[in-house]
Amino acid sequence: MIDVHQLSKVFQDKKRGAIQAVDRVSFRCEPGQIFGLLGVNGAGKTTCLRMLATILQPTSGSATVAGHDLVAAPEKVRAQVGFLSTATALYDRLSAFELVRYFGRLHGLSDAVLDPRIDEIFALLGMQEFRDRRCGKLSTGMKQKVSIARTLVHDPPVMIFDEPTLGLDVLSARTIVGFIRDCRARGKTVIFSSHVMSEVEKLCDQLAIIHDGRLLAEGTLAQLRERTGRADLEDIFVHYVEEKR
Amino acid sequence: MNLRQLGIVYRKELIDLLRDRRTILSMFVVPVVVMPLLMAGLGFVGFKVARQAMQETPRVMVLGGEDSPQTLAALHALKNCVFVPPSPDYAAQISSKSVRAAVEIPAGFEVALATGAAGTVRIYEYQGEIKSEAAAGVLQKFFREWRADTVQQRLAQHNLPDDFITPFAIEETNVAPPEKVSGNLVGAIIPYLIIMMCLAGSIYSAVDLTAGEKERGTMETLLCSPVARVNLVLGKCLMVLTVSLVAVLLSLCSTGLSFVVLASMATSFGAARELSLTINPVSLLLVFGLMVPVTLFFASLMLAVGLFSRSVKEANSYLQPLMIFMFIPAVSATLPGLELDLWLALVPVLNISLISKEILSGTYHWGYIALIFSTTCLYAGVALRVAVMLFQRESVLFRT
Repeated sequence: MIDVHQLSKVFQDKKRGAIQAVDRVSFRCEPGQIFGLLGVNGAGKTTCLRMLATILQPTSGSATVAGHDLVAAPEKVRAQVGFLSTATALYDRLSAFELVRYFGRLHGLSDAVLDPRIDEIFALLGMQEFRDRRCGKLSTGMKQKVSIARTLVHDPPVMIFDEPTLGLDVLSARTIVGFIRDCRARGKTVIFSSHVMSEVEKLCDQLAIIHDGRLLAEGTLAQLRERTGRADLEDIFVHYVEEKR
Repeated sequence: MNLRQLGIVYRKELIDLLRDRRTILSMFVVPVVVMPLLMAGLGFVGFKVARQAMQETPRVMVLGGEDSPQTLAALHALKNCVFVPPSPDYAAQISSKSVRAAVEIPAGFEVALATGAAGTVRIYEYQGEIKSEAAAGVLQKFFREWRADTVQQRLAQHNLPDDFITPFAIEETNVAPPEKVSGNLVGAIIPYLIIMMCLAGSIYSAVDLTAGEKERGTMETLLCSPVARVNLVLGKCLMVLTVSLVAVLLSLCSTGLSFVVLASMATSFGAARELSLTINPVSLLLVFGLMVPVTLFFASLMLAVGLFSRSVKEANSYLQPLMIFMFIPAVSATLPGLELDLWLALVPVLNISLISKEILSGTYHWGYIALIFSTTCLYAGVALRVAVMLFQRESVLFRT
């Protein structure tokens, strides 16, 4: 479960001064549901999710992830989270198996627990064939699967996806979308960001519209339709963004 | 600090780096192959040139001396010179190497010699040109002997003893142990070589583990793991330290070997003053021990720079001037006359170079050794602290 309260992030830029990337954002994500963060590029989605993954520290506000406070216990939060984005690359010189095992070990798992677990994940994702191939030699789709295996290796209750399908072809994107649904089916708390309306529409139980660092609306798709009186998600999105102006 | 996590990070970085051909190149190939080849090659060429110069029979020109037949006859009897007819453009001929040296005998040399002073015999040579200098040396030796003979004759004529002109003798005797002599020769170069190897060996891996990770996007993946940032830096630092120490150890061994080869070359060449190139293994071990904190200092420094940089390219452009900056103290130690004092003992890198020079020449100033070891540890600690601090700052990790 993720509970975000008045979370803010200010970056200092030499030329432009203080930049408010995320501005007092609050929302809640429940287990067994997919929470979608919808926004254009630069809206603050990545910064928000990076804070939840404790890669960045919030300037103000607070959040708890699976019961742990972001600022007070970042390492405990990271142990409960699987984080996947197009920016999280793989080590080219490690094999698929070695890579997943490395991250499993970093999560404190012993090899006795890890090895059967990795075998299980690899079988599930159909990765046995390239198990011992170096990551640098894998295709984009295969790499994507290795990344999924990496996020799954410690069986986290919370999954964070930052634009996971960005730049992927249809088939690779399908793998990811299927995987996200799978996480929900297994009762995990899932939060994911995208600027692709159709993807959000298809996947999300709850969604939030973020623009210029501010959360403009939050609710189920049905609730948002009702509030705006529009059916199409794109129209809903534009409605909120223009209303703000 | 968590030793288990540190070990996991270290092991992974080791595998990762060992699979990279460029690490192998900087860690093994350069110190093991390139350095000795360079030294042996230089030595070989040097000795060969010297030998050739000695073996060549130089062409020499005699200017004047028509009225001194005895001198001319004696000169022409010299076996290790070929005489060419005199020509007014002797200087040009020496410059163009068609003649190696020329000697000018003043007019009326022998007549003047019989009665008193005979003026100046002038030898022309091209200084800095080893073959010309050798030829001039032959001529000079001839005229020195000629002068000595004349002095002997005059002493005999006047019934004077030999010690009339040499009332006492002067002799220089070396009291330094053979190690000290070779130490000054070798000791100045070895620390410089080690520092160079240490830098060259670690620069690539340090950049690869920091800026390289940022560039390839694996840094963010790594930061998602629950490992404390301190352990990530320490694991990486330990890895760079390993790479550097292996490079240093290998270059020490290979340098030692090349010195042995060089020494045997020198002996086979029959150098008059035999180069004694003995190094005490205990000294070498002590120097290596002192190199450990220096290496840690370099590793931390380079990690810090690598972490700060956005890309490998940027890191390299920062590290290259830094390397040159580090060479200055390392090279300064090879200057003769620069001696260790309390202030110099505090200057990083320079202090290690100077004390290594002393140690390799068989002198152990334990006070200085302890002082330098501890100050270097302190510097290394500060550099490591900076690297850890940088790794905890998101403005550094996500610098755009």
